[in-house]
Amino acid sequence: MAGEQGKRVLVCEMDDKGSLAAYLGCPPLKFEPTEVSPNVSAMAMNTEDSLREYIRLFLRLPIIGSLTPLARIFDFVANAAPAVKEILAIGKLCYEVREQNYDMVIVDSEASGHFVAQVSAPDALATLVRIGIIADQTKWMSNLLHDPQVSTVLAVVTPEEMPVAETIELRQRLAKATPIDFGGVLMNRMPQAAVDETALAAARQDASLARTVQAGDWLVAQRSEAQLQVQRLAEAFELGNVETIAEAPADVALPQHITDHLVGELHRLSSSDA
Amino acid sequence: MNSAAFDAGHVDDRVMALVRDSRMIIVSGPGGVGKTTSAAALGVLAARHFSKRVLVLTVDPARRLATALGLDALGNAEVPVHLADAQGSLTMAMIDTKASWDDMVRRHAPDSATRERVLANDLYKTLTSRFVHSHDYVVTERLYDARETGNYDLVIVDTPPSRSALSVLDAPQRMEQFFSSRLLKLLTAPTQSRLLSIASRPFFLVADRILGAAFLSDIAEFFTLFRTMEGPIVSRARRVGALLADPATAYVVVTSAESVAMAEAHYLVDELRRRQHRLEVVLANRLMPTHLADGASVRATAVSGHADSRVHALAKAEHAIAQVAERQAGALAEMDSWGTDVVLSESRSGEITDVGALLAMGEALTLRQPGILSPRNTVAP
Repeated sequence: MAGEQGKRVLVCEMDDKGSLAAYLGCPPLKFEPTEVSPNVSAMAMNTEDSLREYIRLFLRLPIIGSLTPLARIFDFVANAAPAVKEILAIGKLCYEVREQNYDMVIVDSEASGHFVAQVSAPDALATLVRIGIIADQTKWMSNLLHDPQVSTVLAVVTPEEMPVAETIELRQRLAKATPIDFGGVLMNRMPQAAVDETALAAARQDASLARTVQAGDWLVAQRSEAQLQVQRLAEAFELGNVETIAEAPADVALPQHITDHLVGELHRLSSSDA
Repeated sequence: MNSAAFDAGHVDDRVMALVRDSRMIIVSGPGGVGKTTSAAALGVLAARHFSKRVLVLTVDPARRLATALGLDALGNAEVPVHLADAQGSLTMAMIDTKASWDDMVRRHAPDSATRERVLANDLYKTLTSRFVHSHDYVVTERLYDARETGNYDLVIVDTPPSRSALSVLDAPQRMEQFFSSRLLKLLTAPTQSRLLSIASRPFFLVADRILGAAFLSDIAEFFTLFRTMEGPIVSRARRVGALLADPATAYVVVTSAESVAMAEAHYLVDELRRRQHRLEVVLANRLMPTHLADGASVRATAVSGHADSRVHALAKAEHAIAQVAERQAGALAEMDSWGTDVVLSESRSGEITDVGALLAMGEALTLRQPGILSPRNTVAP
């Protein structure tokens, strides 16, 4: 949608679930960004490819012959010292931002636990490594990530107990781990209000409508449970109003539905993001 | 109501058999589908109806669930949960990564000097507290511990969401591979022999440039210390791996009927099978109650033509119900095609705030279920 406004956008999926490709209606994404619609490119993060690119770009080491031994070594390093994986993932994204290959890089991040580790990886590494290439590398990445004009975190949450609790915790953990800007929170999948209270009250007078009354009560309960969660979130974030998106009607494609609702929000973000 | 139905014997015994016969149940699934709650409900069910000592190990319980179970702000400690009329007993514990690693180092360090040096090593501290992947191995250590002590007859593990569950399952093997890897030998080789070894030279050229010599020697120190624990850790990792593949270890995948969650659950089902783990049931959670789903469109028509025109507006609600019901039926049919028993769990009104609600949820899983899905024979291990 930002692409429709003439911005060059890169969308990146961090975990290899492949659902981004499904939403965008394109073949499975690769590390190499592919244009999925005018101005919009998409990629899937892969730390091994990121390492190759890193070696090529920054170390300017000639890579002769097969990379297999390197890949094997890398596998062990990455599993033993997990910081490597995280830094490679976040590093690739920061690189694209720094090189200004795109006006906006949107990251569909991993679940909240992994996300904190990824986004704070440059800070964590910087405390371990004080000199050398890595040290210089982490510095510019941290600078990009900490600059609220450049980077912001948008938390998307559904109106349920667990996700709301996790989001509240996410912000606390983020604040502890790294000074990245927390741009806002978006409540997705709000149940639609479909129950007319007067009608429901009238229906209670007729025993033959018992099932319908139950159905109505159920919808009302779902909705009020969701509202309770919105309220919890608003209180925790000290927001008067939490941006919400209604549950998608069955006949509308999901990205289109969300896009329709997001125009305003992204406008705001993109003005500070680019 | 559930207890009454339960006592009346309307029981579908798949879930009862699961908690009765397993010694370990590993609950996985996408995030936000009620995985932790389901694990807790299975634990309450087992402790209530069987004379078993049950431990539920959870990675990250929702705060209110934790409070309901008396799990407020604890680290690695195991907390008994009071359960009325229970034949067995129930204990809950959370897994704290850093504390678990420290425990492991204390247990395996060959002497107190090594132990203190590992615990004080900067790299160790950062790895264990800041990087999430370090969590995976200690989870398996914890569940092995729980089984090994003989304090529990059934251990139920609530794994981290989605694919992270698989990293947990693969962690023991990775740990073993790590100790036997050439990399570790390279990293811990004395500096002189590094320079002499032509084979390792390209590696160090790259590593030096990327990481810097100082960091490299930090790494070397850490891994040299770590290697002193190789023997006990590797043999343990092997036993943990064997435990995960044990026929008395059952796997449950929890999902909602929502499409993104289902795609993830399907992937987990396939991966568990590929690893030849004993996948027992897929738990379809957060479903709309069947008594509402059935006949919603018929009711919508009836409401629109009702004599009292005030109720006509409710047709919209019934249409909404019918729409959810239709989506849900499609989702369930798809789950049924995954080739594992599917157990249905309706979304419950209100939050689960006490043990009683967890028991009700657990018992509801054992009630004879509406005939959407045909029970099939348990998938062979």
